[in-house]
Amino acid sequence: MLNCKQATQMLSEKLDRPLSTKEKLNLGVHTSMCSSCRQFGKQMQELRFISKRYTKGENESEK
Amino acid sequence: MTNVNLSPEIDNSAMTNAFHDAEFIAELRRQMLKFATLQVRDSQLAEDAVQEAMLSAYQHIDRFARQSAFKTWVFSILKNKVIDLLRKEKRHTAVSQLEDGPNLNGEELMDQLFKDNGHWQKHERPQKWDQPDHEVENAHFWRVFDACLNALPEKYGRFFMMREFLEMETPEICHNEEVSVSNLNVTLYRARLRLRECLEDNWYQAKVS
Repeated sequence: MLNCKQATQMLSEKLDRPLSTKEKLNLGVHTSMCSSCRQFGKQMQELRFISKRYTKGENESEK
Repeated sequence: MTNVNLSPEIDNSAMTNAFHDAEFIAELRRQMLKFATLQVRDSQLAEDAVQEAMLSAYQHIDRFARQSAFKTWVFSILKNKVIDLLRKEKRHTAVSQLEDGPNLNGEELMDQLFKDNGHWQKHERPQKWDQPDHEVENAHFWRVFDACLNALPEKYGRFFMMREFLEMETPEICHNEEVSVSNLNVTLYRARLRLRECLEDNWYQAKVS
């Protein structure tokens, strides 16, 4: 059973490498029960999205 | 948007303005230099890369109707120059020489965020993030983001930028920086934790309270 520390690290690593089936399963079990880590997972995706916008010059005052 | 520079209605006064707006150019240069310096760790090389990127952009000035389009372009040139430099140069600085930053030692951060059993501290639990919805807010958001990025320990910031801004893959970063995959993964994890925390405290939650 993963704790939040392990789950959040896995949610970060998911952005850098493909997770194994076992890891995906463990992570899925954890996030299905833990709304904080679910939120964290969404925010990891959001950080990536924000970074893309940052380098695409959208950090000007227009959309 | 990446297609803005293909916009048919190019406004001549707007594009020259992009360059006559001294404040805009100065700010852009500052951002580019910061971006390049953090990556190549050599102020002269960084300066040259920025200069070259600016020059190529000047040569294609008629393509830009808006400052944001110009910025997109110039940054994409710079990004490629930085990646080239990183590939060519064997790193002068061993990553271990980069500081982790005072009080930002990874373990301390972990203890602050998680309880002994590895679950979230109650007041550190991630909150829902709302999107900035108008222009003024948006501009303010980027200032907060910049500040959070600057507050990262140097090594964190460097790896994060390589991965997320330069979009380099893990094997290439590990090869360039001579770090193990697990070391890189942990550093990226901690960089994201810290950045997430900073954005939540200074932007998302700051708006609520």
